[in-house]
Amino acid sequence: MTKWLEEHMPKLVLAPSFIIVLIFVYGFIGWTAWVSLTRSRLLPKYEIDGFIQYDRLFSSPRWETAFSNLFVFGFLFIVIAMILGLTLAILLDQNIRTEGAIRTIYLYPMALSMIVTGTAWKWILNPGLGLEATVRGWGFENFTFNWLVDPDMAIYTVVIAAIWQSSGFVMALFLAGLRSVDQEIIRAAQIDGIPTWRVYTAIIIPAMAPIFLSAFIVLSHLAIKSFDLVIALTGGGPGYATDLPATYMYTMAFSRGDIGQAASSAMIMMMVVFAIVVPYLYSELRVKDD
Amino acid sequence: MTFKLLGAASCVAIIASSAAFADGHAKPEAEVLHYWTSGGEAKSVAVLQEEFAAGGGTWTDMPVAGGGGDAAGTALRARVLAGNAPTAAQIKGPAIQEWYEEGVLADISAVAEANNWSELLPEAIAGHMKCEDTWCAAPVNVHRVDWIWANAEVLSANGIEMPTTWDEFNAAADKLQAAGVIPLAHGGQAWQDATVFEAVALGILGADGFRKAFVDLDMDTIKSDEMVAVFDQMRKMRGYVDSNFSGRDWNLATAMVMNGEAAFQIMGDWAKGEFMAAGKVPGEDFLCLSTPGEGFLYNVDSFAMFEVEGDDKQAGQALLAELVVGASFQEVFNLNKGSIPVRTDVALDNFDSCATLSSDDMAASNEGGSLLPSYAHGMALRGAQAGAITDTVTAHFNSDMSSADAVAMLADAIANSM
Repeated sequence: MTKWLEEHMPKLVLAPSFIIVLIFVYGFIGWTAWVSLTRSRLLPKYEIDGFIQYDRLFSSPRWETAFSNLFVFGFLFIVIAMILGLTLAILLDQNIRTEGAIRTIYLYPMALSMIVTGTAWKWILNPGLGLEATVRGWGFENFTFNWLVDPDMAIYTVVIAAIWQSSGFVMALFLAGLRSVDQEIIRAAQIDGIPTWRVYTAIIIPAMAPIFLSAFIVLSHLAIKSFDLVIALTGGGPGYATDLPATYMYTMAFSRGDIGQAASSAMIMMMVVFAIVVPYLYSELRVKDD
Repeated sequence: MTFKLLGAASCVAIIASSAAFADGHAKPEAEVLHYWTSGGEAKSVAVLQEEFAAGGGTWTDMPVAGGGGDAAGTALRARVLAGNAPTAAQIKGPAIQEWYEEGVLADISAVAEANNWSELLPEAIAGHMKCEDTWCAAPVNVHRVDWIWANAEVLSANGIEMPTTWDEFNAAADKLQAAGVIPLAHGGQAWQDATVFEAVALGILGADGFRKAFVDLDMDTIKSDEMVAVFDQMRKMRGYVDSNFSGRDWNLATAMVMNGEAAFQIMGDWAKGEFMAAGKVPGEDFLCLSTPGEGFLYNVDSFAMFEVEGDDKQAGQALLAELVVGASFQEVFNLNKGSIPVRTDVALDNFDSCATLSSDDMAASNEGGSLLPSYAHGMALRGAQAGAITDTVTAHFNSDMSSADAVAMLADAIANSM
């Protein structure tokens, strides 16, 4: 009996969470996939009707905007947040005196929810209240910064707010990475008279490759599921210029009673996540097998 | 003393008659899901609760705030899917029929016939309350959507009359713009763009054209040259709006008219509540007129009754339906809410001049067949189609798209939403 327990204990302990994940994650993914193939409107229906919802999705100009916004927003957000985070981390790594205080200041935006960030930036960027009005008040009458109300530029305001929120966190990740690089190698390089910038580009940054990957995964899932920031900052506007797939899905499911359409957009979002996560998982698992 | 007794006796009689309605001895019970949660609205619901309690009923309130009813819709869907529908829920327009098709609405024809609803309600509005041949919802109020509000002082200072054609409106707006006043106060949210759009469309397409385009979704009308003209006028409207309009809430736009920053606003009669709350007087401080063109666009709130088990709940439904359309509730509620009674026989002595005008216009357009449902407020079309139109309208309004492209996009969007 004890032997049996010993053998099966791990499985028994894991079973409940395994079952819960099976039903509430994979079960509902399957349910969504099913509903995305039906003509569900107000309430879900289960008669399969082919890929009609995907046809509708890809001929909707609003989805086109939302989907391309995802890539514009995702790319700029991830790249700039990583560059900024790395730069801040390297600057903080120079043994400066008030590192603790400065680190806290940079990390602090992370403590705010996206709703607060969005609302604050909405006021800062509002041409009639924020930056533009202030600078004009100083006497620069021709100063214009109206990205928030310009349909072509509004998506970049979302990028700005998201970077402000997240780059401190990326900095913390990189700072931890910088500290974990073997000090012996760095010292050896310094003794050889290699300039500091070369130490960073040739030794430290390549040694931090896993940190880059983690930062990328964290930021990309933040980008794909972005919802609250857009709702608070622009409400998807002007028009639907700053719609993202998540806000599109919400509108279809909850405002328009078009569940089939919402389900198909959710499936596309999931495929985007898979496109990023599967290679990552693959590389992780392969490393362990070695 | 006798009077008091008489009063008490008549109270008892009323309660008895209401209760008698509810099939013998069952004590009426109602759980009501609604999204009237803001100040004036909550006060209005309280009136209904009191009347319901006075009729011997037990009211379970289920207010769900947020998203202009989206959150309430989500809550309702969850309840219905779980097989635990509320007694009544605040649903309006074609959504009533959409729920009926899911097979979850109850039949309240007995109450409707006993109270003679088909005589009391304008025919167009009664149509929304019927599911096939039975009555399944009770109307609460009528909001008019196609209003144009104006700051009286700004207009007189610039020598402008309230416009009665869109050409007059454009002339007035050009004059105001030259004088440094923002002609049109507007908030750049999709539903506000749609509100202005449908007012313009009613004026340019006319009542029949509006019905064909936004009720019947007739493709010939949607692709017509008149529709191009509607978008042309929308482009003009865009020029009359200040540059900082994106995302502005409607009540802030109303405030701009109030303080003279802007001259006009096109918005439903809930805007009147803002003027009134600020102590402004209709006809003196601010002016109200229907937007240029024939017709009346209504937005009617209503309670749909759900199929429920148990005599007490069914009695609750009957009592609720009877009270909601009852003359006393119609008066008190609509005074609070800023709308007008849906019944045509309620005396309007206590209502303001805008409400009286609204009521007169409703009667007239009911006669003339130009009493039409508002598409922008979910009265004319189902969510997917109305949403598709709004997407096009807001995309056109917020870009430099040509009117011809907008019409083509509109036709595609509607076809794609089916």
